[in-house]
Amino acid sequence: MSIILNVGDWSYTKVNQYIREKISEGETEFELHGVNGHRYLFAGIKQKIKAKIWGVPGLDLGCFMSGPEIHVYGNVQDACGNTMEKGKIVVYGMGGDVIGYSMRGGKIFIKGDVGYRVGIHMKAYQDKHPVIVIGGKTGDFLGEYMAGGTIIVLGLFSQHPEKPITGKFLGTGMHGGVIYIRGELDPFFLGKNLKISPITDEDLTYLKTILTEYCADMDENLESIINYRFSKITPLSHRPYGNLYAY
Amino acid sequence: MKPINFSSFYPDFFVERLENKCIKCKICVKECTYEVHTWDEKKKILKEDHGKCVGCHRCEAMCPTDAIIIKRHPSQFREHHLWNPYFIKNIYKQADKGGVLLSSTGCDLPLKIYFDHLVIDACQVTNPPIDPLREPMELRTYIGSKPEKLEVEKTETGYKLKKALPPLIKLEMPIIFSGMSYGSISLHIHQGLAHAAKELGILYNTGEGGLHSSLYEYKDHIVVQCASGRFGVNVDYLDAGVAIEIKIGQGAKPGIGGHLPGEKVNEEISKTRMIPLGTDALSPAPHHDIYSIEDLKGLIYALKEATDYKKPVFVKVAAVNNIAAIASGIVRAGADAVVIDGVRGGTGAAPTMFRQYVGIPIELAISAVDKRLREEGIRHKTTLIASGGIRCSADVVKAIALGADLVAIGTPLLIAVGCTLCQRCYTGKCPWGIATNNPELIKRLPPEVVYEKVYNLMNGWKSEIKEMLGAMGLNSIESLRSNRDKLRAIGLTKEEMEILEVKHAGE
Repeated sequence: MSIILNVGDWSYTKVNQYIREKISEGETEFELHGVNGHRYLFAGIKQKIKAKIWGVPGLDLGCFMSGPEIHVYGNVQDACGNTMEKGKIVVYGMGGDVIGYSMRGGKIFIKGDVGYRVGIHMKAYQDKHPVIVIGGKTGDFLGEYMAGGTIIVLGLFSQHPEKPITGKFLGTGMHGGVIYIRGELDPFFLGKNLKISPITDEDLTYLKTILTEYCADMDENLESIINYRFSKITPLSHRPYGNLYAY
Repeated sequence: MKPINFSSFYPDFFVERLENKCIKCKICVKECTYEVHTWDEKKKILKEDHGKCVGCHRCEAMCPTDAIIIKRHPSQFREHHLWNPYFIKNIYKQADKGGVLLSSTGCDLPLKIYFDHLVIDACQVTNPPIDPLREPMELRTYIGSKPEKLEVEKTETGYKLKKALPPLIKLEMPIIFSGMSYGSISLHIHQGLAHAAKELGILYNTGEGGLHSSLYEYKDHIVVQCASGRFGVNVDYLDAGVAIEIKIGQGAKPGIGGHLPGEKVNEEISKTRMIPLGTDALSPAPHHDIYSIEDLKGLIYALKEATDYKKPVFVKVAAVNNIAAIASGIVRAGADAVVIDGVRGGTGAAPTMFRQYVGIPIELAISAVDKRLREEGIRHKTTLIASGGIRCSADVVKAIALGADLVAIGTPLLIAVGCTLCQRCYTGKCPWGIATNNPELIKRLPPEVVYEKVYNLMNGWKSEIKEMLGAMGLNSIESLRSNRDKLRAIGLTKEEMEILEVKHAGE
């Protein structure tokens, strides 16, 4: 049985405290209604719980979390999945800036567009490999300082059909991980020291695995998404600033 | 054509070997990680390459017969007040390699050291000094936000506070250890410092390199740092200490991030930072989720929510021009402690231009911040921690009289374990086993030695602080805080004294 809450006039602290209390009592499923800018929801939660959110959660949804699976029937504000380590966030609307900042593991699936600096400083480590899939388009500095993990941008479910699929300075300072873009990417949008290459069979297999899950969550057709040209962006060096200094 | 390196022509140091004392044991060859000393098997002699010497004095210290003397190289350029050898050699270096100049430790320029222009008061006749050897002397200090007032209610069994206090950390003396990452310094130092902090009843700070698994046992004395790179930051890490420090900046390099070069990221460091082996660990200049005071509040409360409001959150910033206004914003954003790091704050590696020329001295910064927070009526809401250039217990006393609650120190701890300030931490070759993680080199400095030396140093300072307090007629460190009347200035301008809020000696 899910715990069903209408949190409309609750403070975020009260919501989080209540959720923690219920988790410690062994509850594993939550439904939050009337979410209206509540910040830090599910911050630092380690248990493998499931949650559904109706409304728009505020800053830092699921920050530092390491386990929960959260579905958001609405948009998310900035820094959703901030320094998250494990778990999954599925957003059926749009996302703000710095989604997945420093994320070390888990998945963030966004249906629509996202803002600036999404996936900044994502890292991978041992068995942890963070993944962000963006169904729409992105702002500038996607994957800046990226050190590991995967970002996939589809550019399909966007409110801005006229705009390019990503913003400028894509992958600036990137020194690990991969960004896949559905379609072509004008090198003009690319940061320094990166290369664009066509995807390999291995990439395709990986994309299929991730996008199958994405399509299942979003109720979209995999074939029509995957049967298209993808571009792969990787860094030329794991040491982009190796020669910066004079000793 | 063979490349010409002008920078290699003029050594900084001269290695003098006293042939009448040298027994050719070759210890110097083994001890020097910069390959200054070599053994010529054919000629059976020891040779030295002066150009490679960084002046760390390791060989000199280890030579069993005192046969080595390290001096400044006697070779001199023609005198020029503007173009002294420092600038000439830096230009050679950059012309040779074309890069950013790097330095370690804090600013070494002869900027005015305000601590040295302040003298401390003592009781004579009109009030009695207190002898800390025979009378109680309170150094206990609490870190955290203090309530505006305490409301007490009567219960059947006694009295209790109406509202619970915000989380506070109890320290047995007004000193904590500054954040120095595992990576910039060795694991042994971290182990020794954490152990010393525990025994001294104070705090050790992880720096931004994560917390090694061997250190989780010191949890009641650990401050974990959350910096822009978020290395090693996860829920367990945030829960591992008694406080969380958001590192916005440091005195040695305000406004820029950090790079731990990939070659230093060995297996243990990779595990602790939670990044793959051998990749650069890049900390961006800003936290990209913080572009304003409101955003800072966002991160402060994200950390508080994630740790259930059980721990104070510190915010560490470098002392810069508008530090008073910045600190006021930080307090209003909900920081339980503000760490202010002055221009002399140390570093494992910083671009030389930043280390030397960016930021302001801690003495002025701390006084200005304390004044501003008092004027705004929010001084009690935070704990002010001064750092960057504290060299002795008198500096601690002066910093507290200028408005700090306590100080954080880094460089003195490293000197206590053998550092000679050769300022080459960034090479990772520290022959003293301090600023290195080379498995062979770190054996030169075991954690027990670090613990013992640091413990001794802190004990010495503790006694001295008690003596100075007693001489001033104070019996608790709290009475010294912001007590400018206990200081007098010597040789400062009116403006400087206004900022420091101290009178001139004789006044």
